[in-house]
Amino acid sequence: MNLNKIPEKLIDEKGLRIDGRKLDKLRPIKLEVGVLNNAEGSAYVEQGRNKLVVGVYGPRETHPKHMIIADRAVVRCRYRMTPFSTEERKNPAPSRREMEISKVIREALEPAIMSEYYPRTTIDIFIEILQSDGGTRCASVTGAALALADAGIPLKDIISSCSFGKADGKIILDLSDAEDKYGEADVPVAIMPNFNYITLLQMDGELTIDEFNKGLDMIMKACMEIHDLQKEALKQKYTQNDK
Amino acid sequence: MSLIVEKRTLVIPGQLIAEGDFVPGENAYKREDKIYSLRLGVFDLINKKPTVVPLKGFYFPRAGDIVIGQIKSVEVFGWIVEIYSPYSALLQSTNRSKYRRDEKETRKEIRVGDLIKAKIVASDRSRDPLLTIQEKGLGVISSGKNVRISPPKVPRLIGKEGSMINMLKKETSCKIFISHNGVVLVSGPSENEEKLALWAIKRIEAEAHTSGLTERISEDIRNARKKGDLNFES
Repeated sequence: MNLNKIPEKLIDEKGLRIDGRKLDKLRPIKLEVGVLNNAEGSAYVEQGRNKLVVGVYGPRETHPKHMIIADRAVVRCRYRMTPFSTEERKNPAPSRREMEISKVIREALEPAIMSEYYPRTTIDIFIEILQSDGGTRCASVTGAALALADAGIPLKDIISSCSFGKADGKIILDLSDAEDKYGEADVPVAIMPNFNYITLLQMDGELTIDEFNKGLDMIMKACMEIHDLQKEALKQKYTQNDK
Repeated sequence: MSLIVEKRTLVIPGQLIAEGDFVPGENAYKREDKIYSLRLGVFDLINKKPTVVPLKGFYFPRAGDIVIGQIKSVEVFGWIVEIYSPYSALLQSTNRSKYRRDEKETRKEIRVGDLIKAKIVASDRSRDPLLTIQEKGLGVISSGKNVRISPPKVPRLIGKEGSMINMLKKETSCKIFISHNGVVLVSGPSENEEKLALWAIKRIEAEAHTSGLTERISEDIRNARKKGDLNFES
């Protein structure tokens, strides 16, 4: 499929989307924990054609020293797209968009991290996008939560994330790149499943209140589904070693 | 009061582990009469407190622990020591060995890059931990080999009432010291014996969660010795 061609229709007569999914279906997700040897915690995520690696370091000493917070750990996050992750080569220099997403991901993860346990230290999260196809920020949050747990950092909950949106007038789940670009709205959401807290909520485009509520119901279910996959991935790492 | 998961099961962060009038133990927290796990680990009830014993993690300094660290730098007040934890430790010159009164001499004794065995005298989250070497057996390490293992695996390497470590000492005839921050110091009669011990320690770390490990390791050591295959370069 050539993404440079603008699709005429995002949803066909049978109610299927351009990649053949139903409106409320997630893309296939593959989660793997502990893929990097040198990072304290790491995770690999595939969500449809999105591929990314997350590495977590810390808690470790804060440098530069002026960044120290006296009563909790500093959480730093870097989201980066590799030059080969997009259709056209991406300039490797950090862009405005990457910096914004880094901040948004950090703020989505921070409520779950017990940063007050390790004051004056730093927790570093590095996210590398190897291949992108819409919804990388949500996949990054999902992966970063796993990597944090793998690093042994105290977490209140494992954060799960996904997006919903609107295309051809219908509310759809887990947007791909084309649906994001040519659809009417895109709403990434991250939740703390045990608490029913929303830690990330952005909206691009326009939705009515009814549409928004419908999407929110959809996303809650989807995030729970992702949460189950996350639990499985974490447990699997420690049971497969038994053999 | 009821436990949601059974003892010795694997729990993940945010998992509900107990309900009711419990006091949360380590790596657990309470919210509205429910106890949740904070870390990836094995659930246990210690002193009636729901506790999670972590599988992976880092060393958090506590007063009274014996640690092995490396001198990072020399300062006006003493030395900064890397103890492989989120905080680096301070060794003040007033806490140097009792038997060396001369300040200049001590400065020569403890140099950047040296490994030292020290005891933590004070540690809280608001300041870097303080070390002392004013006790028997503490100070600069002058001989032996060392290897670092993951701190949560330290209890496994010691074993129940020291069963694992005593077996290792017997089988390899090495002196083995395990510090709380996961540095293991091995000194033996020959280089091969030391290598054998290091190899066994690395295996114990990798297979820490399997059962019957003590017997298996001791058997493997004997087999390796029988074969005369004592090359453990890896």
